[in-house]
Amino acid sequence: MSAAAIKPTWVHAFILGAFCTGFGVLLAATDIVTQEPIKERALEDKMNSLGLVIPKSIHDNNPVTDAVTFTGTDGKAQTVYRAMMAGKVTGVAYEVIAHGGYAGPIRLMLGVDPDGKILGVRVIAHKETPGLGDKIDAAKNEWITRFTGLFLGNPPAEKWKVKKDGGQFDQFSGATITPRAVVGGIRHGLEYFAANKASMMEGR
Amino acid sequence: MSTSYGRIVKDGLWDNNGVLCMLLGMCPTMAMTGTATNGFGMGIATAVVMAASNMMVAMFRNYVTHEVRIPVYILIVAANVTFVDLGMNAWMHELYKVLGLFIPLIVSNCLPLARLEAFAAKEPVLPSLVDGTFMGLGFTLALTAIGAVRELIGQGTLFADASLLLGPAFKFLEMRVMPEDMGILVLILPPGGFLVAGLMVVAKRMVDLAMGKEIKMAGAHSV
Repeated sequence: MSAAAIKPTWVHAFILGAFCTGFGVLLAATDIVTQEPIKERALEDKMNSLGLVIPKSIHDNNPVTDAVTFTGTDGKAQTVYRAMMAGKVTGVAYEVIAHGGYAGPIRLMLGVDPDGKILGVRVIAHKETPGLGDKIDAAKNEWITRFTGLFLGNPPAEKWKVKKDGGQFDQFSGATITPRAVVGGIRHGLEYFAANKASMMEGR
Repeated sequence: MSTSYGRIVKDGLWDNNGVLCMLLGMCPTMAMTGTATNGFGMGIATAVVMAASNMMVAMFRNYVTHEVRIPVYILIVAANVTFVDLGMNAWMHELYKVLGLFIPLIVSNCLPLARLEAFAAKEPVLPSLVDGTFMGLGFTLALTAIGAVRELIGQGTLFADASLLLGPAFKFLEMRVMPEDMGILVLILPPGGFLVAGLMVVAKRMVDLAMGKEIKMAGAHSV
């Protein structure tokens, strides 16, 4: 390097500080500019995933606007999107967080009919390993669609596991942890429905 | 140090390839080469960040003192990664859903940092931009090749899910070469990354030897 003379420390501190400030401002500006579009995209994703877990034929309302928030038996606030036909609730959809994945929580959208039968379930967000765990994504594998039509009792509670654990659901070759977390999350979501059915189903 | 563009391009793509010669950026190389598509996605995202960071460092190279250059480089790479991450999430959402997993990983790649230190800190803006771009493309090439081998032997497919990354027009790239369950699982698991990357380094040297080139040792290549 061609550093001719040794510079005093404050010069380095000033340069580093200036760069930090400059890039800090740029990052803040980027955040401000992208915040709204990102929120919109997230809402679009939500509406799209709702469309996948609640069939269009069973409702004549917009489940996103007919959403209610209540406090569940676990003490946490839960938003429930309700599908209604002629003012009668024909299905609900809500977010379930599956824990125990390979890389943090996996967020699922679960649609359930008034009898507790799964209308559909989709993964909304996850950080699982590409090529292995990400087969839970409906775009990459039809695995997640196999849950449609099932309920607690079919299969019986002790079979709500991956095959490796003695249950009835396939794991992926090379990835057991991810499907195990998803199966557990869906079962948990159905138990949640059973426990909170009254508050989820009651009319407006 | 020559600034001939042909030399820079050739260095980036083959002679001084980031993965196969300098053995840099091993973290994403191991983690993201389970399939050719993933390797390609990671490579392209990295190339964009490398081009942008190289250009910025070259622009500021006369203002950053030697003592604080490393924190400034890290700052520039991290900021660029965040720009790409937020921007893609907002305006290229479909692509982000596929590539989003890869982007934050670029920060843990020392290849951009190495090019900033070895090239962009000393050279003008345009050569630095070219160097970043082609080092990134060389990285893409290596990752796609490693991914293709692992995917082919590991699960019997080639370019699986390419249409999700590149659009439906690229559906034709997706191939199933061997029936399912024929694959050798270890290759798509982490050890397979090391095995295939190592064999690729050997293969590259054998090609170089066959072409009568002098072998550059990793790390011994002074810039």
